[in-house]
Amino acid sequence: MSVLLEALSVGKRFGGVQALKDVSLTIRAQEIYGLIGPNGAGKTTFFNVLTGLYTRDSGDVLLAGAPLPLGSPHLVARAGIARTFQNIRLFGNMTALENVMVGRHVRTRIGMFGAILRTRSQREEEAAIRRRAEELLHYVGIAHRANDLARHLAYGDQRRLEIARALATEPKLLALDEPAAGMNATETGALRQLILGLRADGLTVLLIEHDVKLVMGLCDRVAVLDYGEKIAEDVPEVVQKDAKVIEAYLGGNVGDSST
Amino acid sequence: MTDLRKYAGMALIALALLALPLVLTSMGTAWVRITNLAILFVFLSLGLNIVVGMAGLLDLGYIAFYAVGAYVYALLASPHFGLHLPFWVILPIGALLAGLAGAVLGAPTLRLRGDYLAIVTLGFGEIVRILMNNLSAPFNITNGPKGITRIDGLNVAGMSFNSTDTLFGISFTGPAKYYYILLLLLLCVIAVNLRLQKSRIGRAWVAIREDELAAKSAGINTRNVKLLAFAMGASFGGIAGGMFAAMQGFVSPESFILQESVMVLAMVVLGGMGNVWGVIAGALLLSFVPEFLRYTVEPAQKMLFGRLLVEPEVLRMLIFGVALVLTMRFRPAGLWPEARHRREFGEKRA
Repeated sequence: MSVLLEALSVGKRFGGVQALKDVSLTIRAQEIYGLIGPNGAGKTTFFNVLTGLYTRDSGDVLLAGAPLPLGSPHLVARAGIARTFQNIRLFGNMTALENVMVGRHVRTRIGMFGAILRTRSQREEEAAIRRRAEELLHYVGIAHRANDLARHLAYGDQRRLEIARALATEPKLLALDEPAAGMNATETGALRQLILGLRADGLTVLLIEHDVKLVMGLCDRVAVLDYGEKIAEDVPEVVQKDAKVIEAYLGGNVGDSST
Repeated sequence: MTDLRKYAGMALIALALLALPLVLTSMGTAWVRITNLAILFVFLSLGLNIVVGMAGLLDLGYIAFYAVGAYVYALLASPHFGLHLPFWVILPIGALLAGLAGAVLGAPTLRLRGDYLAIVTLGFGEIVRILMNNLSAPFNITNGPKGITRIDGLNVAGMSFNSTDTLFGISFTGPAKYYYILLLLLLCVIAVNLRLQKSRIGRAWVAIREDELAAKSAGINTRNVKLLAFAMGASFGGIAGGMFAAMQGFVSPESFILQESVMVLAMVVLGGMGNVWGVIAGALLLSFVPEFLRYTVEPAQKMLFGRLLVEPEVLRMLIFGVALVLTMRFRPAGLWPEARHRREFGEKRA
């Protein structure tokens, strides 16, 4: 399989805290790649560096061989990485449909004058945006809530909407930050199906998750961060038995009864 | 059937709007002037609505762009520099320069939000006013606090807007003629607002208002889109300013004080931020109510107490304050908030 994303010794420091230290990892195309680690291990920092919310201090990130722009989220989105947030961040007072339509922004181009004059190409583009957004809502299974305000949606539906908005940007890599947080078993199961479906449709998924069962069952490969360093990267079965990983999660040598 | 009724309703409203100045003239030209000023405030509110209502950028210095538009008109069409350019040249220049001023204000404030942005924009508004006050030396550009007088009125196809004309047996006063041109401009401004609202750019503005970080991550170039909001909103102010200068024939810095910025903001907030029709209603309400008070408060007091106890001007501000506090208490999203009644209300007024 070809390599989609390559992080090369990425470092990030906040004052005296080395949040990420020489993190290198490789995500292959059409892979579901898990990133786990104890609280404060640097998972979300890595996400934010990857998606341009933070500027990395050192290292490089290559997406399909091309270096990822530094510190500008919209350029990262254009390059092909879309993300969701740990604490869902939707546009609460816009409808579900509008939320997804916003995601089309980066792939469309009609500007202010087109909108004011309502040119033919503007109307066509607008119709295409709407059509695509409707398709995506349908795809994630919340088409019936299209005209409801995002903040009125149920928690699980909000997660789905966030994924639909991310998909609207036509990403190569979809980065999900704890998508199962706060979900019950049924919802998690449905999410699992959704992610598997995304991969089947050709997408590559990067997943941060606390739900170890979900990660181990879903991911092709898993990397483990601890204190900003990558301590393991392999298929779930190997990672689960890794002594360093067990130590990071449980602290000390407890044997292999866990995770 | 419903279509027919809709068109009939629209025709009725159009007829009423066309006949309005004739009716008002019979009550005195003052009311036509008041209406014209109210329309200018609708302009301003719709411009500020783009910045505050849609993009969520709290701007307390908005009147500065009105000032830029007014001064551009004043300088290019008055004996001050001896320039007398036609209005259709000046208004676009005014809009452009005001838009530029908007971008100039926007650029250094891109990282600011809420209170901090409000403070900077407030300062910007004051800077513009103080500039107008002091740009009389060493070169006399703005004529300082004395302002610029004898500004040309509008002149379309040889018809001056400052005198009365009789057409088809009906006499049209100067203010009545301004009313019609303002109405025409207003229709354009409303159309622009509505179209922007339902466009890719409008959605980007609202997305930034709702969650800037998420908007960025969803691929919106927030810097450009915010600058666009500032510039676009400011250019509305510039056009309104130009019309103001033409109508009044006189501009001075004291027309562009902070209180005016606050007033426009109050119109936007009271009407319902983000909703074009709500904002229009807010602007009309806050423009007309004080004038009604001006004409009713004094006689009412004289009748009740035999003398004037409270100056109308003071009472006006008091009532304003109370009304705003009550609105914020009971309808925090404004009288006609953005999402809820948009469709019904839009149809009724369109």
